[in-house]
Amino acid sequence: MLFELQKRLKTFHKGGIHPPDNKLSATARIEEIPLPRSVTIPIYQHIGTPPRVIVERGDTVRVGQVLAIHEGLVSANIHSSVSGKVGKIDRVLDSSGYKHIAINIRVKEDDWLEEIDRSEDLIDDIPYSSKEIIQKVMEAGVVGQGGAAFPSHVKLSIPENRTVDTLIINGVECEPYLTADHRIMLERPYEIFVGTQILMKATGATKAIIAIENNKQDAIQLLSSIADDYPNIDIEALQVQYPQGGERQLIEALLDREVPSGGLPIDVGTIVHNVGTTYSVYQAVQKNQPLIQRVVTVTGPSVSKPSNFMVRIGTSVADLIAAAGGVPEDTGKIINGGPMMGKAIQDLKVPITKATSGILLIPEKETWRSEEYNCVRCGKCIEVCPMGLEPMQLVLLAKGKAADKAEAEHILDCMECGSCSFVCPSNRPILDYIRYGKGQVKKEQIK
Amino acid sequence: MSVSLLTVSPSPHVHEELTIPQVMRGVIYAMLPALMFSIYVFGWDALYVNLIAILSCLLFERLISEHLLGRPATLMDGSAIITGMLLAFNLPASLPWYIVIIGSAVAIGIGKMSFGGLGNNPFNPALVGRVFLLISFPVEMTTWPLTDAFGQVDATSGATILGILKDGLRTGESATVLLEQAPAYLDLFLGLHAGSLGEMSGLALVLGLAYMLYRKIITWHVPLSMIVSIFVLTGIFWLADPQRFADPIFHLLTGGVLLGAIFMATDYVTSPFTQRGMVIFGVGIGVITSLIRLFGSYPEGVSFAILIMNAFVPLINKYTKPKLYGAKAQNHE
Repeated sequence: MLFELQKRLKTFHKGGIHPPDNKLSATARIEEIPLPRSVTIPIYQHIGTPPRVIVERGDTVRVGQVLAIHEGLVSANIHSSVSGKVGKIDRVLDSSGYKHIAINIRVKEDDWLEEIDRSEDLIDDIPYSSKEIIQKVMEAGVVGQGGAAFPSHVKLSIPENRTVDTLIINGVECEPYLTADHRIMLERPYEIFVGTQILMKATGATKAIIAIENNKQDAIQLLSSIADDYPNIDIEALQVQYPQGGERQLIEALLDREVPSGGLPIDVGTIVHNVGTTYSVYQAVQKNQPLIQRVVTVTGPSVSKPSNFMVRIGTSVADLIAAAGGVPEDTGKIINGGPMMGKAIQDLKVPITKATSGILLIPEKETWRSEEYNCVRCGKCIEVCPMGLEPMQLVLLAKGKAADKAEAEHILDCMECGSCSFVCPSNRPILDYIRYGKGQVKKEQIK
Repeated sequence: MSVSLLTVSPSPHVHEELTIPQVMRGVIYAMLPALMFSIYVFGWDALYVNLIAILSCLLFERLISEHLLGRPATLMDGSAIITGMLLAFNLPASLPWYIVIIGSAVAIGIGKMSFGGLGNNPFNPALVGRVFLLISFPVEMTTWPLTDAFGQVDATSGATILGILKDGLRTGESATVLLEQAPAYLDLFLGLHAGSLGEMSGLALVLGLAYMLYRKIITWHVPLSMIVSIFVLTGIFWLADPQRFADPIFHLLTGGVLLGAIFMATDYVTSPFTQRGMVIFGVGIGVITSLIRLFGSYPEGVSFAILIMNAFVPLINKYTKPKLYGAKAQNHE
């Protein structure tokens, strides 16, 4: 390796860390799990306004039928992921830790709407205009599946004074443990290429890059071989570094452009879509299939069968873990997402949503936070911050409730990647304080 | 499993292995080669000075924490042990025990606890203690047990080669003649000369450096920038006038340059945050050390140089703030 003359792989240059990647489920094929007896579909699964519920208790619904219709500019449709009878429509606990309106459906058979094409045949002809594509994506309720769950049709609607020169497809999956994006690239590669072309057509981008970290050699090789047939789509292998999957870091790594503070990728001529989202766009546009299922990794050091499942939205975490061999004896914490940015859930009844990329079960002994020591001003949090912030100073400002100063120090630029807390040798909960400080700043802004 | 037993806490849910007790333990391991060498050269005296310094540092930290500040002492973080060892490393092995205790009291009491304990002190506590002793007990602090050719302590005691050089130059002798008395570079590097107990062997110190770099406890920025700047600066003067100035390799291998560069200037608390800042800090120490050695009245200047640059750390941090992401956003169109 040392003397090999090879092109140095790209990566982002500000900060970054290398947590152990623990991709236990990397070789587990995507499996369907048995239909659950009931699903609980939260209507608020995306950033923006919640949609309006259009079904009532007692209604019979089919797979793919709209349950709630989008309202306002930034919103998304919610569809039924199963067929059966609508039960309670009530506020239930979801992975956010809060209660939101959700629709319970008792599953009966598996009766899909006729217009949904469930065949495996690849349809690569794209006869739609940009407008038609965006309309179809909107109707299908597609949202970003990398974590933020931003409605995709909004991202695709390019403002008049902006252009996209490069579309970035994010297959980085830098969170440890998660393999959902890795597996979908391996098992639905052609769909992802067609999906990428659809997104290019929708945005007017002339070039696309599918970015994959170098720890997914099989996906890089497979997609590179297919890319020979797509002259406008490049595959870029990147050095492994967290948080490269962050939109801003990925743009810096690939294009050497920085998105301005408070701005959007479109301000520097690009947009980023996750590979899972790209697959959903393909399903929506070519197959009329709304976003009613997604790939979810179920994993953890003690999980008997680390797996990747194609899961109907609204399936409970309990049903999913059962399919991976059940909750291990030593489990202390269950996380919706990865270990760096995921949220600990309070209850196994919490439903899988469009934004759930994985369920991670952490053993009791790794659950507790270690003893906290004084800050020794080592500066490690500053070295690793991918946004160029000074986390330890932000902690002091947050503690001192100096919202104005914290805002001037760009506390709102923090994307909560957790690198600072991860490296802090004094085990200080740096990110907890920064979140607290962000809350203060936002409160001030509302005033 | 009962669901009510699930832990719920905010992300991140994983943490890097290296935490403060491990860092401090790592630094102590890195100091062991130099400690063992000092025991080999100076016998049990070296160990006694270390033990007295460590125990009194722990004691003073505990007394001050519990009785003056009214909070539990955090001795288990290991920082007081390191302060004790570093103080001992900067003392002659023959120093009377009560002076060691006074030094520890100043290091912990004034150098560290008066600012609020670990993480709050602007100056390296061990150096605060050392410089206090140097000024208060100039004779005891500059009387070093001499070693013979086999590295064993002689009955006599005397000055370091840096001191001999400084005195000789003052009386008008030439540096080239004076340096003929100096041990060979290899002996200097191995540690066969007079000096403070921890600064003797460059080899032992460099082993410690290698270990700390390997464990990622410190980075190369401070030690290398300090060493290179001393080498370059003393080298320039040596080239200009070898009669008046000693050569750069001599400067690197004598006195506290390696001990300072590897263990004192790399202290997390009293060095800058960013790697850019660390380089400025290291160069600053190198320049001040060289100036004191070349033109000052003290033969040695590492301790003063580090303390002076400690005072500049907040300023360095202010001017080496990391660049915000998005700062070069204008690039596009």
